[in-house]
Amino acid sequence: MSSERKQKAAHIRHLLETEGPLIGPKVSSKNRDRYAAAERFEAWDGTRDEARAIKEAAIADLPELIEQLRESVEANGGTVYVADDAADANRYVTELCEEQGAETLVKSKSMTTEELELNDALEAADVDTYETDLGEFVIQLADESPSHIVGPALHKSREEIADLLNATFEPDEPLETAEEMTRFARDYLGERIREADVGVTGANFVFAESGSMALVTNEGNARKCAVTPDTHVAVTGIEKILPSVDEFGPFVDLISKAATGQDISRYVSLFTPPTASPTLDFESDEPIDFGDPTAETDDPDGDRAFHLVLVDNGRTEMREDDQLRETLYCIRCGACSNSCANFQAVGGHGFGGETYSGGIATGWEAGVHGMESAGEFNDLCTGCSRCVDACPVKIDIPWINTVVRDRLNRDADPDTFDHLVDGLSPDEEPSGLALDKRLFGNFERLAKLGSATAPVSNWLADAGPVRAGMERFLGVDRRRDLPRFRRETLVDWFDDRGPRVSSDDADREAVLYPDAYTNYVLVDRGKAAVRALEALDVRVHVPRVRSSGRAPLSQGMISTAEDHAHHVYAGLAEHIDARRDVVVVEPSALAMFEREYERLLAPKSAERLADASYEVMEYVYGMLENGGSPDALATPPEAVAYHSHCQGRTLDLEPYTVAVLEACGATVRTSDVECCGMAGSFGYKEAYYELSMDVGEELADQFADEPVVAASGTSCQEQLDALLGGEVPHAVELIAP
Amino acid sequence: MTVADDFLDALSALDVSHDRTTLADLEATLADAVDEPAVGVPLHVDADLPDAVATTFTPSELQDAATGVTPARLGIAEYGSVLIRSSAGGDEPVSLSPERHVAVLAAEDVVATGRDAVDWLADEVAAGRGSHVLATGASATADMGGLVEGVHGPNEVHVVLVEDDEEVGDE
Repeated sequence: MSSERKQKAAHIRHLLETEGPLIGPKVSSKNRDRYAAAERFEAWDGTRDEARAIKEAAIADLPELIEQLRESVEANGGTVYVADDAADANRYVTELCEEQGAETLVKSKSMTTEELELNDALEAADVDTYETDLGEFVIQLADESPSHIVGPALHKSREEIADLLNATFEPDEPLETAEEMTRFARDYLGERIREADVGVTGANFVFAESGSMALVTNEGNARKCAVTPDTHVAVTGIEKILPSVDEFGPFVDLISKAATGQDISRYVSLFTPPTASPTLDFESDEPIDFGDPTAETDDPDGDRAFHLVLVDNGRTEMREDDQLRETLYCIRCGACSNSCANFQAVGGHGFGGETYSGGIATGWEAGVHGMESAGEFNDLCTGCSRCVDACPVKIDIPWINTVVRDRLNRDADPDTFDHLVDGLSPDEEPSGLALDKRLFGNFERLAKLGSATAPVSNWLADAGPVRAGMERFLGVDRRRDLPRFRRETLVDWFDDRGPRVSSDDADREAVLYPDAYTNYVLVDRGKAAVRALEALDVRVHVPRVRSSGRAPLSQGMISTAEDHAHHVYAGLAEHIDARRDVVVVEPSALAMFEREYERLLAPKSAERLADASYEVMEYVYGMLENGGSPDALATPPEAVAYHSHCQGRTLDLEPYTVAVLEACGATVRTSDVECCGMAGSFGYKEAYYELSMDVGEELADQFADEPVVAASGTSCQEQLDALLGGEVPHAVELIAP
Repeated sequence: MTVADDFLDALSALDVSHDRTTLADLEATLADAVDEPAVGVPLHVDADLPDAVATTFTPSELQDAATGVTPARLGIAEYGSVLIRSSAGGDEPVSLSPERHVAVLAAEDVVATGRDAVDWLADEVAAGRGSHVLATGASATADMGGLVEGVHGPNEVHVVLVEDDEEVGDE
């Protein structure tokens, strides 16, 4: 167990030193470009809704669409083959090459053929295969796998690529610049394309009604592969089918913006093969035999052949799986990778499985390669949810990761050490759940115990031998400071003190939700929240309500999280009936109410709680907007640097904190890193400690010279404490009188 | 601002050069716009290609051509894209192979948005003309460690916008 963790840590450390520094800046820059492109395109959100609805309907109608597509492609003069699995697809393509006597084949970039490992099958069939996308060309020469679904060679430096090309081709003048290498590849691959017998492309979208397909590229190689050789084979997953070109619009507007931050890619090609474009025989001295350029309809050039290979390979089962189905809406733009702090740090060779990488890869790998491949990297999703905003088809990627984690937990072998934490953790999970997961998943129970026995529990937890044991058995990295539990909880404090605004004087009444961190550990921010609300004439209640279930959910313990959700709702429902607002300090708890509870509670209950809930600074903002005076609050320091919690960013909460601090007289600078890297328990884990610190380093750099740094999440506060030294307060502590 | 003006702005942002001309002057404008040797596809507007642009050529002449001239059936103001129909006349290889692509576009064929273009495409597909490329600027890659224009496709795109005599006269 421990050695497995150490191996994982060593692998991550290696990537942090080698590929991460190359891939990180490139995907971060694509991430920033995506924000800018979305900003320029006013209809961004509405278009995402449209695209989502189109994909939902298309996947629901998939069996009918496949049959319709088959009929239309055959009517156009092409052939459709639906391959059950990788072996079936590879057999079809290699037999086709054999029938045609094909000796060479050119390919444009296709993740689906990576999934099939088609190149290996072609090689075994003695077909010389050339990748013509420059990134894939590099990967093929290096005999490596893609590190990003859009930019397969992003982990390679220009120098490495130059060395590779110079060693492989031994040009007279060694290649050095990007221009020289691109020029060389263009000439070399151009020749391969002109002499190829077969061209293989993927397809970004396929249209059932007309038998058309779309390719979205920048280099132009896909167009050349599709039309230069007489035989075009398009290999694509069955999930790429849309009903007709009428549904293409939203995807044209979204895919390039999401993928690379370009408003549109250089080439968005629509082919209805076999096309009318004349075939070209570069060995012939005869003029090209053009047809009539003004012909009313495109009659296929007689020499052309077209085969569409539709790959199932697990997709039908994914479609029938209520939790994995959403994965099939994916348009493979890579925005979930670009927006992911952990991906930025290690790249797709760390945050990825056999073929796919990034957040959505967990769904793809579980569906096409199996749980083992998904389990390799599933833990790297911290549930920060930044990909949720990034995804052009609004896939709830963190949820897919949570579901797969839950399934992995349930498949685990019963562990002999279970008795160690069984007493501590009366949860809803199966025996065999990894100890670290069970420990962190039951944080509330641990916090309760820790608080009841504080300060002894804190002294004990600091003791060397205890930390060594925690690391060995529980995987808690000993370099981390542990949370310091407070003897007096927020609820106890408030019970003794009572509300300070009478019902008669109150503008509003609110429940301050005592999440486990605020209640047992960061009690001061809870007290500050109470004082700030009371200063604005809010009558506050702090009831004894269970923790939100965020901790178990992030360990994939869905049943336990659901149990929490039921208790929380039961504990708050009457307050909501009494027209009290629910004010939440911890953004990850609010995100549970706003996002995940809709999957855990009856829909009406989830909606009621979500509608009644506010983040504390959002609530203060609302009070100020409705006549409250900032003068009632404390004056914050003149300059504040503020890091917004990842899940708070997804809920668009940052502007409220900034506005309140500014209304109280501060100038505010915000960080632009997606996540602090701590992500709840993630940064405590021995296997991930260094990755967590690496992610946090960028945030620390941004705030290194700032005199006052504030944050909103417990994890962010802890991580910034560790990185910057000293105590990083919650923003509400800066304005509480 | 007309959609044609927006389109020209979008071209500038993409570093795509352009000429504005009339049907009467188109042949002369094209003669100036091509680098030789040049190949081309007969135009969709009522004008001839200049003599310097060959319409009969072998595959290797296509390969060696410096410029390819094709019709553009649509322009998209939002993106600065030109739409090239992949017809029997060879628009696809002629627009893609040579280093310089010159696209001839009638000003009246400029639409405002990508959505307008897809609506138009859907009608084309329904009418039996199902293969087109929306080309936006020169071909590009960042796969070799830096952004480079001119990969498998052209590294220069030039748009010749054909306007009514009146519009040009107004300038």
